Amino acid sequence: MGFIAKILCALLVALPVYGQQRYITVASTTSTEQSGLFRHLLPIFEKRTGIHVRVVALGTGQALDMGKRGDADVVFVHDAAAEQRLVAEGFFVERREVMYNDFIIVGPKSDPARAGGRDAVAALMTIAEKKAPFASRGDKSGTHAAELRLWKEAGIDPVQGRGAWYRETGSGMGPTLNTASGMNAYALTDRGTWLSFKNRGELGIVVEGDKRLFNQYGVMLVNPKKHAHVKRADGMAFINWLASAEGQKATAAYKIDGEQLFFPRE
Amino acid sequence: MQEFPEILLEGRLWQIVALSLQVSLSAVALATCAGLPLGAALAVGRFRGRDSLIVVLNALMGLPPVVVGLFVYMALSRAGPLGAFGLLFTPAAMVIAQTILILPIIAALSRQAVEDAWREYDEQLRSLGAHGLRAALTVLWDIRFSLLTSVLAGLGRASAEVGAVMIVGGNIEGVTRVMTTAIALETSKGDLPLALGLGLVLMTIVLVLNAAAYLVKEAAQRRYG
Amino acid sequence: MMLPLELRAASFRDIIKPLSLQIEAGPSTIILGANGAGKSVLMRLMHGLLAPSSGTIAWRRPGRHAMVFQRPVMLRRSALANVAYALRVAGEDETLAMGALKEVGLAQLADRPARVLSGGEQQRLALARAWALHPEVLFLDEPTANLDPSATREIETIIRAFDAAGTKIVMATHNLGQARRLGDEVIYLHQGRVVERAPVDQFFSRPASAEAAAFIKGELPWVS
Repeated sequence: MGFIAKILCALLVALPVYGQQRYITVASTTSTEQSGLFRHLLPIFEKRTGIHVRVVALGTGQALDMGKRGDADVVFVHDAAAEQRLVAEGFFVERREVMYNDFIIVGPKSDPARAGGRDAVAALMTIAEKKAPFASRGDKSGTHAAELRLWKEAGIDPVQGRGAWYRETGSGMGPTLNTASGMNAYALTDRGTWLSFKNRGELGIVVEGDKRLFNQYGVMLVNPKKHAHVKRADGMAFINWLASAEGQKATAAYKIDGEQLFFPRE
Repeated sequence: MQEFPEILLEGRLWQIVALSLQVSLSAVALATCAGLPLGAALAVGRFRGRDSLIVVLNALMGLPPVVVGLFVYMALSRAGPLGAFGLLFTPAAMVIAQTILILPIIAALSRQAVEDAWREYDEQLRSLGAHGLRAALTVLWDIRFSLLTSVLAGLGRASAEVGAVMIVGGNIEGVTRVMTTAIALETSKGDLPLALGLGLVLMTIVLVLNAAAYLVKEAAQRRYG
Repeated sequence: MMLPLELRAASFRDIIKPLSLQIEAGPSTIILGANGAGKSVLMRLMHGLLAPSSGTIAWRRPGRHAMVFQRPVMLRRSALANVAYALRVAGEDETLAMGALKEVGLAQLADRPARVLSGGEQQRLALARAWALHPEVLFLDEPTANLDPSATREIETIIRAFDAAGTKIVMATHNLGQARRLGDEVIYLHQGRVVERAPVDQFFSRPASAEAAAFIKGELPWVS
């Protein structure tokens, strides 16, 4: 019995005490993390500065809430309207636009709704008209917000088709694509998640290249005036590095299957 | 991550496994230290409201992990009462959440075990002058091998859950990513074969732990009768 | 001296009807009766494991009394550790445990797990556990009912040794031979009432009550 007690004590003591390490907490989105960008960028940053970046990946809305609550030092999302509003409200400071990527519409390769082409809005119109199955994230994320903007521009309220052809999964990009793949449905997704998504089934890219599909990323510091514990210096080091020539170069250099995902802003 | 079986060779996987074991075993250790005496005291004590307390404790065995995660998150968040400790998104937060989750399991199951055994021991212990908590702890120690099952139930629950550790840990790579959250991540990325493979690794480890516990129990029972 | 133990109109539910009784120091007392007469309940009332439904049970002075049950309950530890446990609970010196084991002839089994001992050995261990505490009164509830004749003889020898050392013996049994071998007086219990109380020889040769007479005859049908 004493032997087991000793093992358990050793375990508890060995529990990693990560407080010793120099780090910042960054709230970002699942699509950004799943694209693999962080695994590519962060080691470069850490080598240069010695700062370890801990990324908590959530939906855009949740990431921004996390910043507002002060549970993160830096927020890195892609919803310019929401970001700017929150900066105006004083929750965040030092916002920089550091990169953009694009959304694509994927769907069954046979394209039953004849949505294919370079016009995202026209595609959505024909999908709604033909009542072709469409999988939406429905989760307040940046991607979801972009999707809703496109529906609005098409003059369509997709909620009319809720439960019939318009399916809201209430989950991240990956699970939504899983659902789309299983249902042979259309969906709006960021290119990064698509490129690393392995469960494609019958799906392929249906619409790309429309300027309206471009997705702007912003990074900002949680306002230290609201939360005194925020790691201002190290957080700014990260923000400045992303915006710097070296950071931008590293961002552009990230490729999946030879394709560049993120385009530098500056 | 790469394909499954190559992943078995990658250090990253074993770091995740090690963290999973550390978190869950620590939670089991803490929950056992608190839960066994609590269960014993409840089995032996007689006070008003005892029956209601037992019912509540049994019901708490079914605490949803996400709910526990949510409560612990709200407590540890900077916006919450314990925010100053900066425990959110650390393994410590995960241990706290899992301990809360499995404490009722260990307490409720040990209460039942002690209560069942109590009928055998009660008179003799009282005759020897051992009463109340002292007698309860004596019985607790005497039935320690059958209590192992309660502890294993707690371990099973802890190592299987994803809701609590995901919310309070944040699934941060290299810091708070454990087996279950890694599986959830790979599933959401659509990499189902890898997710399944990780699931197999997790279940194998839990199976090995259970087998080891069983052998220890058998050996000890032969020794002590 | 904690004796006498006085029961005044003590009852327990409808198993023991209100009875008044004094257990004096000195003679070994046998509680005799058929199954269901209430012997075990009476023993437990006297030892304090049960509280009377009415009436009082009081010792002259506080002191130590121990009980040996029909089935001994041992902890999952060695024989020695079981005796040491009893000493520890009583606040006594644990090193006395070995001496107690020697008295009952279990010294060589000291490190054996108590639960793997035979029925007779466990009962001897129970006696060692009681002996170690040097009680003034020793209650025994049918201690040999589950044992074979040779184990029974060993137990009776130890009980006699207790008696000789000055411990008051109060024993419930329905083994008439044992009652005659170990007892000085008999209290006969019938359906929760004390029907007769007499010195042992007188009880068996000239039982005063019809119930006692019937009982003895029933147990020993060759007695007329």
